[in-house]
Formats: sequence, structure tokens, C-alpha cells
Amino acid sequence: MQQMIEVRDLVKNYGDFCAVNHISFSVETGKIFGFLGPNGAGKTTTIKMLTTVLVPSSGTVRVNGHDPTHDQKEVRRSFGIVFQDPSLDDELTAQENMDLHGILYAVPSAERAKRITMLLNFVGLEDRRKSLVKTFSGGMKRRLEVARALLHKPRILFLDEPTIGLDPQTRNSIWSYIQQLSVEEGVTVFFTTHYMEEADRVASDVAVIDHGKIVAQGAPAELKENTKSATLEDAFISLTGHAIRDEEGTAADRNRAMRRAWRGGGRR
Amino acid sequence: MRAIYILCLRQLKRYVRSPARVIGSLGQPILFLVALGFGLGSMFARAGGGNYINFIAPGIISMAILFNAVFSGIEIIWDRQFGFLKETLVAPVSRLSIVVGRTLGGAIVAMTQGLVVFVICLLFGFRVHSTPMLPLAILFMFLIALLFTSIGTAVGSVLQDMQGFPLIMNFLVMPLFFFSNALFPMAGLPKVLQAVLHLNPVTYGVDGLRGALGSGFAFGWQTDLAVLGLLTAVLLGIGSYLFSKIQL
Repeated sequence: MQQMIEVRDLVKNYGDFCAVNHISFSVETGKIFGFLGPNGAGKTTTIKMLTTVLVPSSGTVRVNGHDPTHDQKEVRRSFGIVFQDPSLDDELTAQENMDLHGILYAVPSAERAKRITMLLNFVGLEDRRKSLVKTFSGGMKRRLEVARALLHKPRILFLDEPTIGLDPQTRNSIWSYIQQLSVEEGVTVFFTTHYMEEADRVASDVAVIDHGKIVAQGAPAELKENTKSATLEDAFISLTGHAIRDEEGTAADRNRAMRRAWRGGGRR
Repeated sequence: MRAIYILCLRQLKRYVRSPARVIGSLGQPILFLVALGFGLGSMFARAGGGNYINFIAPGIISMAILFNAVFSGIEIIWDRQFGFLKETLVAPVSRLSIVVGRTLGGAIVAMTQGLVVFVICLLFGFRVHSTPMLPLAILFMFLIALLFTSIGTAVGSVLQDMQGFPLIMNFLVMPLFFFSNALFPMAGLPKVLQAVLHLNPVTYGVDGLRGALGSGFAFGWQTDLAVLGLLTAVLLGIGSYLFSKIQL
């Protein structure tokens, strides 16, 4: 099986702080891959490096066979992305946002019109195509972003917390589009989320990152088995600890982190 | 090319769709025109300067363009905060075409605001002395717009958020406007101030516009055009470079 994303020894330092610390993983073509981790673990930083907007400190990355640092255009043509924060132009209509994307990605105009109609139908926004995006709810904006990311027929779809702040109905519909896509068009999906039951349900493989290091990877079932947990959420907690992030770590947390670092060192 | 076109078009659409901004940014120039134009008019005439409205109208038009242009450039910060910038940065187009498209769109918007103020000046008694020079006047308006949109782009590429905005207004835009020949003639100024005016690009823009609208050039249109053209090229280069260095 061909690898759509390959990462070897990837590192990103911000001064003294190491946001991503020698991580390696790969994603097979056509798979749905979940990249999990607590806040500040390095998920978004990794996505930024994979999607050409951040230059790695060291390590090698291949996305669809290309290097994001040197073959930026090839990599950019290969993927579509839904960012963690909204990235639509609120002052434009749904149609105009789609058109703008299609023109930036050089989708020929006849095909563009066809795909825009098809995708807006797919995410249930066809009747609102002429409305300004600022009149949309959070869920509608998200669905529009998913449609937009697919317009240029990417081979990989990056989703950075695509369902954050959405109601269960919208979350379910977004995941069902994505699963359908993966089956019908063979799009490789790379996503992050904090909802472990979503990851358990849709991902064929996951990797758990914490403090910039990958602490576990494999199928969700394997992770549950290895940690003797009933749910992926329990497995996640047992892998990453109970400490709440974005705060000073306690002495115990630092100890745990050190122990993990030692174990990680031993494995290599 | 397609990226330049669509990003330029986007700026124009946003402009047309926010009448509040169009009208809001007319307030200041009208205030200056009426308060100073009529307030100081009789004094200016008694001092032998002639019709003050005719003198400051090109200055007020330049001011409208200057403010709008810098603001258009700085919109990058908004796009960064509201996320749209990311959409363009991951697209398979060069950073140069993104920056050129944005800057061109911003400059056209600023120039349009200048034209609106020009019409308002006519309503308040401003008279153009030579209509054949009108295309030259519009060229000067466009150059002023392009130059200061480039400056705004450069500044907007470096700043992370809008916190620095008052700094830019008070320490860049306002001094550029007040230390120019927009409101008073250069002749007879203290030597130091005169030197400052000579270093200020706004002076050349106002002089070009004033001359083309028929009130006579202080430097000559060739000099004005050369200074503005050269500076615009340099700053567009700097703006593009700084924009290309943006990482998310």
C-alpha cells in the first residue's frame, strides 16, 4: 500500500521550546487517520508543517510524494484543508467563496460550476448559495468549508478539529460526508479532534501525541487493548495523564513526562 | 494572473458592500474641507494666497486616498485574525501574486474614495483649471493610492494584531499628512520644516495632483511622477518580501 503522508524525525522548535519533538508516522492512501492529543500537544503545529505554512526545524516530510518545504505548489495542489478557526470571507456569498477557491486552484470554469453545485448539494447548502456567509450559523460555515476544501479534488483532506463547537446533528452529518468521500473517491483523510468517540468511530488508525512526542499509534482497537481500556477516551487518558493542560504542570505530571521521555528514549 | 484578478475583485466587492465604510471615511475629509477651507479661507486670501478651497482641495483628496490606502493595506491583519488569510496562503499560487492582487484592489478602492472626495470638493466650490490634464491627475491619485497601500501591506505583514493600529495612525499616517504641503504652501516655511516636507512622499503626490488640477506645480510633474513611481516600486517590493515571510 502506498503512503500518502510520510513523516520522519520531524522537529519544530520555537526558541528553547520544542513544540514537535522527533515524531515519525505515516498515513496509507485512502485511510482515515486520527491525530489525537491534549491542547498544546503539537497537533496544529504538525498540520502547519504538513501543509507548507510552517517550516520544520528538522526532519523529512512527504505529502503525496512531495516535500512541503521545497515543492510547495505540488503539495498545495494535493490537499484541501479545513482549519481549526474559520477561514471564509464573511462579506462574500457561499458561491463567491467557492468561486474564489476554484480560481485560486485553477479549476476550469465549466468544471468549477458543476462541482460547486454538486458539493453545495452534498453539504446541504445549495439553497443558500447566494447568501452572504456572515448570515450563516457556525455549522453551516463548517459545512461550506468542507465543501470548499473538496472543490479542487484533493487527494488528501486535512481537518483540524472540524467538529469543535457543533451540535451532534452537524457533527454526524460532517463525518458521514467524510466517510462517504473516503469510500467513493479514495480521499485520504487526516484529522484532529478532542471527541474520542468520533475518532473511535471513523478512524482506521490513530496516533496520540503529547508534549510534542507520539506516545502511541495503531488502530483504535489496539490502543484500547494495550491500555486495557473500555473506550478510546479511557485509553487516551491513560496515555496522556489526567493533568489539565495550558497550566503549570504539577510535580507528579513532570515526573510522568520525564518517565515517558525515558521510556521513549529506551525504545529508540 | 488569475490570483491577482480574483483577490483584486474581492477587495472591490467588499468595498461596494460596506456603505458604512464608504460614508464613514468621507466624514473626515469633508470636515477638513469645510472647517479649514471656509474657516481659514479669508485669511489665506488676505495673505495673497488666493482661493483657499482651490488650494486645499487636492490636499484633502490626497488625504482621503492616503488614509484609505493605508487602511486597505492593513486589512491583512483583519484577514489574519478572521482567518481568510490562511485560505490564500495554502493555495497553489505565489505569494507575489497574492500581495499584488491585494495591493492593487486596495489601491483601486482608495483611488475611488479619492474620486468621491474630488466630486464633493467640486460641490463645495473647487474649480479645475485645465480639464485636459485630468488623466494626469487620476494617474497621480492612483500612484498615491498604490504607494500607501504598499506601505500598509508592509506594516500589516509585520504586525500580529490590531493593537498597533493607533500607533500607525498617530506616528505614520497623521505625520505624513500634516508634514506635507496638503494644507499650506511650502514657500516661506522654516528651513527644517521645509526639509521634512521634501522628504515626505505625500508632498510629491499633493504637488502632482495640485499641478494637474491646474494650480501649478512646485517641483514639476516629471519630478513628482519619478519620485512617486520609484518609491511605489521599492515599497511594493518591500511589502511583497515581508508578506512572503509570513508564517502561520
